[in-house]
This record gives sequence, C-alpha cells and structure tokens, in this order.
Amino acid sequence: MGKLKVALYWAASCGGCEIAQLMIGEKLLKLVEVADIVFWPVAIDVKYKDVEAMPAKSIDVCLFNGGIRNSEQEHMAKMLREKSKVMISYGACAHEGGVPGLANLHNRERIFQTVYFDTVSTDNKDKVVPQPKCQVPEGELNIPVFYDSVQTLHHTVDVDYTIPGCPPEERTTWLALEALITGKLPPKGTVITHNAKAVCDDCARRKGEKRVRAFYRTWQKVPEPETCLLEQGFLCAGIATRGGCGAPCPAANMPCTGCYGPVEGVTDQGAHFLGAVASIIDSKDPDEIKKIVDTIPDPVGTFYRYSLPDSLLRRARIK
Amino acid sequence: MNKITIDPITRLEGHAKIEIFLDDKGEVANSYFQVPELRGFERFCEGRLAEDMPQITQRICGVCPEAHHIASAKTLDAVFHVDPPSVAKKLRELFYSAFFVTDHTTHFYILGGPDFVIGPEAPVAERNIIGVIGKVGMELAGAVIRTRMRNHRIIHLLGGRAVHPVFGLPGGVSKGLNEEERKEVEEIARDAVEFGKLSLKVFDDIVLKNKAYVDLILSDAYTQKTYYMGLVDDKNRTNFYDGKVRVVDPDGKEFAKFSAQDYLDHVAEHVEPWTYIKFPFLKKIGWKGFIPGRESGIYQCTPLSRLNAANGMATPLAQEAYEKFYSTLGGKPVHHTLATHWARLVELMYAAERLLELARDPEITNPNFRTIPTAVPTEGVGVVEAPRGTLFHHYLTDEKGIIKKANLIVATVNNAAAINISVNKAAKGLIKAGQPVTEGLLNKIEMAWRPYDPCFGCATHSLPGQAPMEVVIRDHHGKVVDRFSQHLKR
Repeated sequence: MGKLKVALYWAASCGGCEIAQLMIGEKLLKLVEVADIVFWPVAIDVKYKDVEAMPAKSIDVCLFNGGIRNSEQEHMAKMLREKSKVMISYGACAHEGGVPGLANLHNRERIFQTVYFDTVSTDNKDKVVPQPKCQVPEGELNIPVFYDSVQTLHHTVDVDYTIPGCPPEERTTWLALEALITGKLPPKGTVITHNAKAVCDDCARRKGEKRVRAFYRTWQKVPEPETCLLEQGFLCAGIATRGGCGAPCPAANMPCTGCYGPVEGVTDQGAHFLGAVASIIDSKDPDEIKKIVDTIPDPVGTFYRYSLPDSLLRRARIK
Repeated sequence: MNKITIDPITRLEGHAKIEIFLDDKGEVANSYFQVPELRGFERFCEGRLAEDMPQITQRICGVCPEAHHIASAKTLDAVFHVDPPSVAKKLRELFYSAFFVTDHTTHFYILGGPDFVIGPEAPVAERNIIGVIGKVGMELAGAVIRTRMRNHRIIHLLGGRAVHPVFGLPGGVSKGLNEEERKEVEEIARDAVEFGKLSLKVFDDIVLKNKAYVDLILSDAYTQKTYYMGLVDDKNRTNFYDGKVRVVDPDGKEFAKFSAQDYLDHVAEHVEPWTYIKFPFLKKIGWKGFIPGRESGIYQCTPLSRLNAANGMATPLAQEAYEKFYSTLGGKPVHHTLATHWARLVELMYAAERLLELARDPEITNPNFRTIPTAVPTEGVGVVEAPRGTLFHHYLTDEKGIIKKANLIVATVNNAAAINISVNKAAKGLIKAGQPVTEGLLNKIEMAWRPYDPCFGCATHSLPGQAPMEVVIRDHHGKVVDRFSQHLKR
C-alpha cells in the first residue's frame, strides 16, 4: 500500500488546531513514515493552484479546521471535499462554529460598524470599509466576501468524521490518526473521542447531590478543590459536554466551557446545558428562582460558547 | 499592467496574499500585502462576562493564546481594580516565559528558519521543517521537538491546558506550583537555557559564517527605517510581561514612553478598502501612507524592534548576545529586517534565563496566588509583548462586569504597514524587467514578511478569518499575465 496522502487546512479559526496537531510530538515522525502531507499552509510551501491541479479524490484524508465565515473558505471547503476521499471536521470551529461563531449574534454590517468605525483607536474619517473588489491606481484587488453568518463545515459540505475540541487534546488527535493509519475506521458520522459520555465521567472531582441556590462567577470565590464545581455553584458545562478530554479545566480549578460539543445523541448542547442547570436550582418559589437565574447574566456566552452556529437557532435575528 | 500573485503565502499562522503590479516596462509599480479575513471579536465580545475574556480572546490566536490570555488577565486586574499577589504575577510571568521559549523556537526552526538553514532558493520540497531536520541532524531536531514539548508542559502545568489555557483571572491565577512541579520546571528551564545557547551557535555557524547570507541580511532590498516599539522595564531593558511601552525614532532616540492606559494618546488605526486588516500608526505623527522614515507614523514591533527600543537585556547571556548583535551589525538601531531572526534568538535566550530565575524564586510555590476583587468593575487597559509585537487589550464594563466595549490592537496588526513596505521594497529590488520571475525569487519576496512572524489569526480578529499566499503579476492594463505559487514536488 502506498503512503496516505493527507491535507490539512484552516478556515475561520485561530491556528490552535495546527498547534494541537504538532502536539502529538514525536508521534509526528511516526505519521510522516506512513503519510505524505500534500497541503499544509502553516508548514509547507504548497499554494492554492497546486491543490486545484490535484485530481478528484486524490487526497486520502483532509483534516479541515475552522468555520465557514467568507467566500474563500466556502470555496476551499468545497474544493477539498472534492479532492478528498475522507473529510474530517477537526476542532470546535469546524464542528460547531466555535468561539468565532458568537459573531452570529450580529451580522456583517454590525461587525464592520464596530471594527471599522466604533472601536476607540480607529481613525476613519473617510468612512472606508474593505471591499471584495477594489480599484487601486495599478488595477483591481480582490478579497473574499464576508458573510453575515458563520456556518459549520458540515453545513457546507459532507463530513465523514469529527474530532472535537478547542483545540482537540493530543490524545483525541492521536486516537483518530491511529484509526486512519491502521484503517480501522469507525462508522461514518462518528465523533471520535475516548468517551462519548459527559466530561463529568472524566472528572476526578467528588460528585454528590446537585442542589444550587446561587450561581457564582469565577472571580467571586475560590472553589473548594475536591468537589464538583457545579455543586459549588459554578456554571461548569461538563454535565452537557462530551468527554474524552480528561477534564483538564476542572483540574485547574476552572469550569468546563463545553468545547468538546454535545454528548452522544444530543443536537443542541446549549439547550441541554440550560436544562441541566434549571433542574438543579434548589427552590420552588418563582421569585427566588428568578433571583437565582438573574445570577446568569450572559446565557448565550455561557451555554453556547462554542456551538451557536450548530444550535437549533443558528443565529440571532437582526431587525 | 502585469500582476504577480502569491496565494497563499506559506509558513505563517493564518492567511494572506501578495499582489505585485508591473508597469509597461516590466518593473514593479507597486505591491499589496492583503489579509483576506476577519472574525469580528470586538463586536461579539460585547455582552460577554469580563472574566471570560482571557478564554474568549485567546481564540483570536491559537499560536499565541498565552499572549491574549495574559494581556486579558492584566486588563481584568485594571477593570476590577485589584492588585494580584506578587506570586501570582511571577507565576504568570513564568508561564509567559515558557511560552516565549516555545513560540520563538517554533518560528526559528519551522516557519522562518528554513529560508536560512536550507537556503532561500533551495528546492521547495526541502524548504521546510523536514528539510531543516535533514540539514541540522536528528540530534538538534530532537532538541527542537523536546524544547517545544517540555515548555508546553509548563504551560499545561500552570495553565491547565497546553493550548488555550484557563488559569487567568482578575486578581491572579486559578492554579499554582507545588515543590515537585517547581523542580520539574527548573529542570526544563535549565535545558531551555542550554537550548538558547545552542540556537545562537546554530545561527552563528549557519548564517553568520556564510558571507552570502550576511550580504543578504545587509542588502538594501531587506532594509527599512521606521519607528520601533517595545515594552521595557524601569531600566529600559526588554520585558515581555510588564513595564512601559517605549518608542524610538529611526535614529534610535526615545520618541515616546507611556503606560498602557495612555495608549490612545499614542496609537491610532487607519483603514484601507483592499484588505480586512487595519494599519496602526503613531498618532503624533499621523498616517502619511505606505512610506518609511521619520516623517511617517509607521512603526514596527518585532524582536528587532524590541531590541532597538531597549537599552539592553535583563539577564547575562542575553545581554552578551545583545551586545554581539549590535557590534556585528554596526551599532544601534539595526534596520535590516532579516536580522529579526537573529534578534528572536537573543530574546529566546532571555526568555529561557528569565524562566530559570523564576523557577528558582523562593516565593514561586506560595499558595496565596489569588486576590478576590471587591471593587465595582469599570474600565481597564492591559499590555504585554506578544512574540509578534505589543498587544493592547481595552475593556469597558457595566457595574456587573459585563463587557460593553472592547478594543484590541493585536501584535501582528501593529506591523501591517511595515510588512507592506518591506514586501514592496523587496519586490522592487528583486524583480527586474526582462529577467525571469522564478519560484526562488518569489520566495525571496516572501522572506521580506517572514521575519515579522506575522500571525494573521491575530490580524483577523476583527474580521472573517484566513492566510496562505499566492503572487499574481499583472500588466499595466491590470490583466493577469502570470500567477505564481510555490510547488511541492514529490
């Protein structure tokens, strides 16, 4: 069997997925033994034209990270899908939109207004806004079209597998790569992790009955080191988040923020988290319940930190 | 007019493209370095909990999340009017030093280094980290991988995760070091110091002892005079975690020195219609277009700029390397963009030495690493030096600590205008009418931006997000006559 041809690409993401791929460390050398990397802009000098010239399905596996935020990313996703036998959605942004997906609370106009006009250091008396087509003295320049919404990769093209996380932990990346190398691939559509149950299943903190009368912000008190953070009133998303990461955030005394996405069988992670939180509020008095709920001032950022574009609503309606 | 496009540019973090226009004689008329994406962080940070900002803003850049995380935690100290305990500041700086070691290592050996270690016009298939391993040998390659992994281990130990850490809070950190962990950190730091020395020697052997490379560094195509910015301590020595922002003019004289909270008196951002990135400039001089020199408000903040903006380094081996740097290159300030790679190694040396100092600090295992804020949150600015330049975070909140406004001037963005000038100058110096435009020549044009180690993840925080690269050549009618991209042949 010839070497596997692998492509790695990034769309609307931060580069953390690339660093996560490098995190497999010495196992990289093992990967290079069995695979040729045919496209990876962060590390090798292959250009778009080279990819365009590749025959259909000539790439064995494409690891695609980042959401779809503009026309170029959509184009690259479609092109790489056509060239690749297996398309893997890598990381929270491709999987669910990720943190940049919070931009779906706004639209292009509002974002441009803030970035190019309202930010305090911007000096834009001439009211200039970047244009997809722009005439400069020497000719025309083009940049991609910025869309109103962030879309996930699976909303844009057919995806075979998902590796979740922001970014995926090293063990998760390797679990998937090993499956690829050995050819022992799970059924199409699988979200590849060590644990399809909740992060709580990975978490070493002691769990008891969850009854909460007040929620705390992380800056308001120092958590007790041994017990479940949610029981202490911190909004830990572990209860509604797929495990397999090893629960590193609660181990560092900070709540899980949900980056591995929903647990198996759940579509809307935020609704699941919200439901779980509602069920542990220890009161039957509507006024008291309202007071307790008011201690959650940013529900979207808390419950849908990574998953707004993949939620049932997908985006805010802008009047 | 003919146009050359390099798309995507490669060996960087993020997405960008270069367009070069040729006039009717075939000479370069102008070049544009375009950033094709934006994500809009400043907008969607509005409404978020202030204490979530270290974790949200680091998603601007997964290559330097530590920089955003720490800048944001410092901004929260200011917003919540809380002074973290001394050990908390030291833990943040220790974490940050480990980050500088791994990040500068990544750039020198994986992103920028291949141009020197392998050669600017070497076959494309070799001009990458694998080629570097072939040239420098498995032993050094192993040290590169080990240094990266082990310093990420420190980041993991303190930050909770190796990428996108979670420990930053207003008033301190969520996690400290116990004695066993401290010993491990000290051992990693000792190795990092050795690795720093080794890397300076590698530069000496491969670059400085090769006259062709030295001539390339000193050549006019890669020389440009601008203002230089960098964070300094109370003795005007380079500091990454804290201090004042110092700006020197093209002659190396102090032009400004200011605290983070005064940044709006000194820096503003210009907008162009052909790219999503904004162009910061020195407000007191003003935006004069894409021109270098004293009359233009364009500045750089890179390892080279930080050395130019400082009077020295705070640790002995780095100071020694700093002195050699300037004595070899003819005194301060140095205007040779390619010397930035060397300056990066001087900083790597400093980061490693500072890491070791902090690992040996008797206070570092003190478990009192958090002060709970009690004041009503309002507004604050925080600054750090990211590997790619000075990084400003500025938040305004309501009385509950909900973000009302956020402003971010991100490391790479500071250099956006300087990168444009550098690329244009290299293109004009290297492309000659009637001579073939080869892939190696185009890579030499890319070498004009690579020293800045631009991170377009960072650059595009405000918009849709991407940056590999292509060069398009157009004739004087704007028609595309050629398009170049680098090919990996197998």
